[in-house]
Amino acid sequence: MIVSGSVVKYGDNIDTDVIVPGKYLGITDYEELGRHALEGIDPEFSNKIKQTGILVVGKNFGCGSSREEAPVALKHAGVKCIIAKSFARIFYRNAINIGLPIVVCPEASERLNNGDSITVNLAEGVIINTSKNEVYRTKALPEFILEILKDGGLVAYLRRRLT
Amino acid sequence: MNIVEKILCRVSGKSRVEPGEIVNAKVDRVMFHDLTGPLTVKAFREIGVSKVWDPDRVVVIFDHLVPPNTERAALNQKIIREFVKEQRIKWFYDIGRGGICHQVMVEKGHAKPGELIIGADSHTCTYGAVGAFSTGMGATDVAAVLATGETWLRVPETVCVKIDGELGDMVTPKDVILYVIGCLSVSGAVYKAVIFKGSTVENMSVGGRMTMCNMAVEMGAKTGIVEPDHVTEQFFKSKNIPYSPGFRSDHNATFDEIYTFDVSKLEPQVACPNSVDNVKPVSEAEGIKIDQAYIGSCTNGRLEDLRLAARIAKGRKVKPDVRAVIVPASQEVYQDALKEGLIDIFLQAGALVCNPTCGACIGAHMGVISEGEVCIASINRNFIGRMGSPKARVYLASPATVMASALTGVITDPREVVA
Repeated sequence: MIVSGSVVKYGDNIDTDVIVPGKYLGITDYEELGRHALEGIDPEFSNKIKQTGILVVGKNFGCGSSREEAPVALKHAGVKCIIAKSFARIFYRNAINIGLPIVVCPEASERLNNGDSITVNLAEGVIINTSKNEVYRTKALPEFILEILKDGGLVAYLRRRLT
Repeated sequence: MNIVEKILCRVSGKSRVEPGEIVNAKVDRVMFHDLTGPLTVKAFREIGVSKVWDPDRVVVIFDHLVPPNTERAALNQKIIREFVKEQRIKWFYDIGRGGICHQVMVEKGHAKPGELIIGADSHTCTYGAVGAFSTGMGATDVAAVLATGETWLRVPETVCVKIDGELGDMVTPKDVILYVIGCLSVSGAVYKAVIFKGSTVENMSVGGRMTMCNMAVEMGAKTGIVEPDHVTEQFFKSKNIPYSPGFRSDHNATFDEIYTFDVSKLEPQVACPNSVDNVKPVSEAEGIKIDQAYIGSCTNGRLEDLRLAARIAKGRKVKPDVRAVIVPASQEVYQDALKEGLIDIFLQAGALVCNPTCGACIGAHMGVISEGEVCIASINRNFIGRMGSPKARVYLASPATVMASALTGVITDPREVVA
């Protein structure tokens, strides 16, 4: 699986109340949910990410509640891949389960800047920064997680196996 | 092995597990509520199986938007009610029958020592208070458990937090856990399990242990857990719930890290905006003017919390320009508080007593705050926008500190009010 785009970058410990405030939970129109993504720290986020696709953040991204609306909103705002120093564990699972690729790579999180053009190879754990001519390596995702992502999420993955 | 590894061995059918290993585990119980329910039901339907794997192991509790505050919330609850009926789910707590999910899970005996419990809510880690391995997941993961009865888990590294010392008057388990989070930070235990040990924890009620385990997730932990002991056993016996002791760590069990704390001289703590680890002793936050004081939530809405708050409020009045909102954690807590005369004390003091619900702790209803306002709350999160406006400020504290502050109108050390 390969994802390309350019970078929009934010800091550490971004929580789920900032990604999707509680007042928007229950909205089933995911495009509308996407328009509110990250508005707590950047009201322009959903406009920016549509042009760029890659969200780069610091440590403990997605800490807080178990709301699946958080990765759903980011995905529908136009995020194609998230690169972080670390993720909060429920967010990590949720992103995989809804088919949103995520990569843990402290080096990339440090080195990447707003506007950098990058290509992410998820199966090999390699990120190429074409703007800076740099390559960052990280652990490849386990095979079954890649399978879930390839299927587009856990629902499709289970549907293929159970029915 | 430690308690966490022993539980994960049992549910994965292995004789040994190592941190970092991914295991497929059989789930003992699964819980979801009215806010995570609609997505869970939708994902379950999309998976395409017709029946949940075991309707007797599913618990559904309405708590977040209770009673529904919008037509959308009412519709979402209707969808879940229909699902419960169709799937013949045994344990369903509708409006007026239960309360905040984590309180109900423990109070009604749905969480037991040694069990693996998965819930569609991040504070599911609360049931570690009775020696269960419980952790929160998202709606799709929970739908997968409903369909298969199984889930994948990464065996976590385990952090041992050893707490010793006798707590002073008006210093509570909430102050202890805020202090620990202040030291370890909001990312101090990401992916890890936290075992709470030591004489302070041994002397804590199950309710106090729930407050501690509840907030383990605020350090990024997968779960918080206390090893079952005579306090746990007494708790189950007092409720006439069958008890089996579950697991305890071996004497030679190893931990990823060990932190030790002496809390004998701890003063009440306050987590200042906008991070749960921005913790200060109350003396450094004293005097900050508040608009609202809120006591409730899965962290601190239990009977012992209300007793403590009532001890402070008795015969006193809430400051005229402050709103005090009290939200008992469950119908049972509400009823017990009524019988003990606590509700009367709050009403006499000029506080508003609401029905059991997550309420303003999720910023959707029952005491949402406006731009520029300040709320001191006995809840678990003070993130930007948590209780309403992103321009409001939330301070986290114990029910004692919250009630003391309600009476004076500024953040106040509860020991000064009762002195």
